[in-house]
Amino acid sequence: MDLQNLVFGRLTWDAIPLHEPILIATFAGVVLGGVVLLYLLSRYRLWGTLWHDWITSIDHKKIGIMYMILGLVMLLRGFADAIMMRIQQAVAFGDAAGYLPPHHYDQIFTAHGVIMIFFVAMPFVTGLMNYVVPLQIGARDVAFPFLNNFSFWMTTGGAVLVMISLFVGEFAKTGWLAYPPLSGLEFSPDVGVDYYIWALQVAGVGTLLSGVNLVVTIVKMRAPGMTMMKMPVFTWTALCTNVLIIISFPVLTATLALLGLDRYVGTNFFTNDLGGNPMMYVNLIWIWGHPEVYILILPLFGVFSEVVSTYCRKRLFGYTSMVYATIVITVLSYLVWLHHFFTMGSGASVNSFFGITTMIISIPTGAKMFNWLFTMYRGRIKFELPMMWTVAFMLTFVIGGMTGVLLAVPPADFVLHNSLFLIAHFHNVIIGGVLFGLFAAINYWFPKAFGFKLDEFWGKCSFWFWVSGFWVAFMPLYILGLMGVTRRLSHFEDPSLQIWFQIAAVGAFLIALGIACFLVQLYVSFRKRESLRDVTGDPWDGRTLEWSTSSPPPAYNFAFTPRVHNIDAWWDMKQNGYKRPLEGFLPIHMPKNTGAGFIIAALSTLLGFALIWRMWPLTVASFIAMVGYSIYHTFNYKRDFHIPAEEVTQVEDQRTLQLANHV
Amino acid sequence: MSAVPDYIVREDHHPENGTLLGFWIYLMSDLLIFACFFVVYAVQGRSYAGGPTGSELFDLPLVAMNTAMLLLSSITYGFAVLKMQQGQLRGTIGWLIVTGLFGLAFLGLELYEFAHLIHVGAGPQRSAFLSSFFTLVGTHGLHVTFGIVWLVTLVFQLKRHGLIPENRRRVMCLSMFWHFLDVVWIGVFTFVYLMGVL
Repeated sequence: MDLQNLVFGRLTWDAIPLHEPILIATFAGVVLGGVVLLYLLSRYRLWGTLWHDWITSIDHKKIGIMYMILGLVMLLRGFADAIMMRIQQAVAFGDAAGYLPPHHYDQIFTAHGVIMIFFVAMPFVTGLMNYVVPLQIGARDVAFPFLNNFSFWMTTGGAVLVMISLFVGEFAKTGWLAYPPLSGLEFSPDVGVDYYIWALQVAGVGTLLSGVNLVVTIVKMRAPGMTMMKMPVFTWTALCTNVLIIISFPVLTATLALLGLDRYVGTNFFTNDLGGNPMMYVNLIWIWGHPEVYILILPLFGVFSEVVSTYCRKRLFGYTSMVYATIVITVLSYLVWLHHFFTMGSGASVNSFFGITTMIISIPTGAKMFNWLFTMYRGRIKFELPMMWTVAFMLTFVIGGMTGVLLAVPPADFVLHNSLFLIAHFHNVIIGGVLFGLFAAINYWFPKAFGFKLDEFWGKCSFWFWVSGFWVAFMPLYILGLMGVTRRLSHFEDPSLQIWFQIAAVGAFLIALGIACFLVQLYVSFRKRESLRDVTGDPWDGRTLEWSTSSPPPAYNFAFTPRVHNIDAWWDMKQNGYKRPLEGFLPIHMPKNTGAGFIIAALSTLLGFALIWRMWPLTVASFIAMVGYSIYHTFNYKRDFHIPAEEVTQVEDQRTLQLANHV
Repeated sequence: MSAVPDYIVREDHHPENGTLLGFWIYLMSDLLIFACFFVVYAVQGRSYAGGPTGSELFDLPLVAMNTAMLLLSSITYGFAVLKMQQGQLRGTIGWLIVTGLFGLAFLGLELYEFAHLIHVGAGPQRSAFLSSFFTLVGTHGLHVTFGIVWLVTLVFQLKRHGLIPENRRRVMCLSMFWHFLDVVWIGVFTFVYLMGVL
C-alpha cells in the first residue's frame, strides 16, 4: 500500500467517477470520438502530415489556425457546461432538486468560467493575432517562431489538464477565480483546486511567451516604411493587448504560486490564521483579472475597425484617436481592479477613486464607438456577415457598457454585487464584444486562411440565433439581478422567479442553435469550396497588407517584403497602380520546424498532472526530463533554411497563372 | 498621374534580430513576479503571529557576506563580457566559471541560512511573515540556481562552437539575467534584511 501511495500519490480507482452517469456518458462519447479520429488518421495515412505539417510547425499561420481549433473545441465544452446550468436553474424550484447535485453544479460553473476565459477566448484571440499580425505588417513570421509553437502547446497542455479533470478526479468547486479561504486546503482538500492551479500555470507560461513574441514581432519586424502611426488598427490593438499580457500574467503566476504554496507547503498567505489574509489574494487576482478582460476585448476592437472600414469602403474615421483611445484603455485597465470588490470595506475614498477610474474608461470606449459610426456615416456599407456582427456588437456592447458604468457606482454595487445583474453585465460585454467580434473576424479572415469564403446562408442563421439567443438568455438575468437573486445557486425556493429562468433557458437553446449553424456553416462551406473559392487573395477589396498576398498565403507570406507609404497600405498600392512582380525572386530565409515545443509542453503537462495527484517520483522524473530536454534543445544550432529561388518562382508563377485564368 | 512609388523591397530583407529586446521584456515580466512577492512582503512582513521577528532572526554579517558574493559575481560576469568583446574565448569561459563559483557560494550561504531558520522553528509555515520571507528570498535563490544551470550549459556550448554570433547573444542574455538578479537582490537586502532588523 505504501508503494502504491508513493507512486500514484492520491490517485486511486475512486477518482474515476463511475457513479456519475452524465460523466460516464460523456466519457464514452469522448472515447468513441477519439477512436474514430485515430481510425480516420490511420485510414487516410495522415499521421505524418499531422506531425510534420502541424504539430511541429512553426509557421505562424498554422499555429494561428491550431489556436482557433483549440478555441472552438473548448467552446463546445464550455457551452455544454452553460446549457447544463441553464437547465438546472430552470427546473430546480421548490421540491424539485433538479438533475445536478450541488457538488457537481459547483464544478460546472467553475469549469464554465475557467474554460470560457482561458481556453476559449484566449486561444481565439491569440490565434487571431498570430495569424493576422505578421501578414498585416508585411513580415514572414513572428520574431520567435519556435517559441510560438511552444506557447501554443503549453496553452493546449493547460486545456488538456482541465479536460482530464472531468474524468479523473474532479474540478474546483470554488468559482472561476478560486478565492481563498474556500480554495485553501482546509475547505477544498481534494484535487479540484490543484487541477485549477496547474492548468492555469501551464497555460499561463504559453500566454506570457506569446505576448513577448508578438510585442517583439510588432516592434522589430514591420515592413520598411510602416511607422507606428501607419500600422493597421488591428495590429495596434494587438500590440496593446500583448503589452497587457506581459504586465498582467506574471501577477497571475505569482498569485497562483502563493495559493499553491499555501496548499502544498502549508504557508500562511491566504489562510485565516497565523497572519494570513485572504483579501490579499482577491486584490492580486484582480490586478491580473481586470487587465485580462481588456486583453480579450482590445483585439476585437481592432477587428471591428478593420471590418467597418473595409465594408464601408472608407478609411477609418479618426485613426489617431482610435490609437490613443486604445492606449488610454491599456493604461486605465490597471487602475480599476478594486471595483470587483467594493464590498471589501476599503472605505469611501478608495471606493470613489476606483469608481471614478472605472467610469472614465467609458470615455475612450465611447470615442471608439463614435469613430465606427462616423466611418459608417455616408459610407457604401455592404452588409456582409462580418459587418452584420459588427452592427450587432455596437448595439449589444453599448448596453453592456452602460450596465458596467452602473455597477461602477459603489453604492449601486453594494446592492448588485454578486447578483445575476453582474452575470448579465459581463456576459453582455464578453459575448456582445469578444464573441461577436470573433465571429466577425472568422467570417472576415477565413477566405484568407483557407482560400474560400464561408457560406452566407448558414452564417446568417448562426448570426440570428446567436444574437437573439443572447438577448433572450441574458435580459432575464438583469431583471432577476435587480430583484436580488445572487449568482452560483443550484436551487431556488421562490416559484415566482422560475419563469425568468425558463426564458433564459430558451435563450441558451437559441445560442445552441447558433453554434450548430456555425458548425454547419463550416461543413457546407467546405463542401461548396469550389464555388466559394477566392482566387484573387482579396475577396472583400481590402485595405491592409494581408490582402495583397494569395489566399491562403505561401509559407513565406510575401515573395518580396512590401514597402509601406501610407495607412491602409494595400489600398494605397491598388490606388497607385501597383503591379505584382513576376520575376527576380530570391531565396527566402525561413525557420525550420521542430518537435521540441510539443515535447517540452507535453512533459510540462505530465509534471502538472503529477503535482496535482502528488505523485512525487513522477514529479521529479518529469521535471528532470523537461529541464533536460530543454537544455538538449539549446544545443541545436541549425534552426533555419533557405527556400530556393526556383521554388519561390514556381509558387509565384502558379499564382500568376491562377490570376490570369480568373480575371 | 505621377510615377508608381516603389512598393516592394527588391533585395533580401532581414528584420533586425529581436532576441535581446525579447529577453529584456521577459525580464521585466519576471520583475513583476518579484514585485508581487515584494508587495506581499510589504503587507505581511510584520504579521509575526506571535512568532519570531526579523530582528530576532536575521544574521546581518552572514547576509552581508552573501551580498558580497553576488555583487562580486556580477563584476566577474562583466569581465567575461569584456573578454568576449576582445574575442578571447578562454578568458570568457574562465570568468564565467568564476562567476558560477561566486553564485554557488551565494546559494550555499542562503541554504545554510534557510536550514538554520527551519531548525530553530522559524520555517515558512510559522507565520505570514515567514511565508512571505521564504517565498521572496527563495524565488530569488531559484532564479540564481537556474542561472547557474544556464551558465554551465553555456560554458559547454562556448567550448563546442566558440564565440559565434549565437553564443555571443546567449552570453549577453545571461548577462542581463545575472545583473537583473543582482538588482533584485539589492531590493531584497534593503527591504527585507536591513529594514527587517530596524
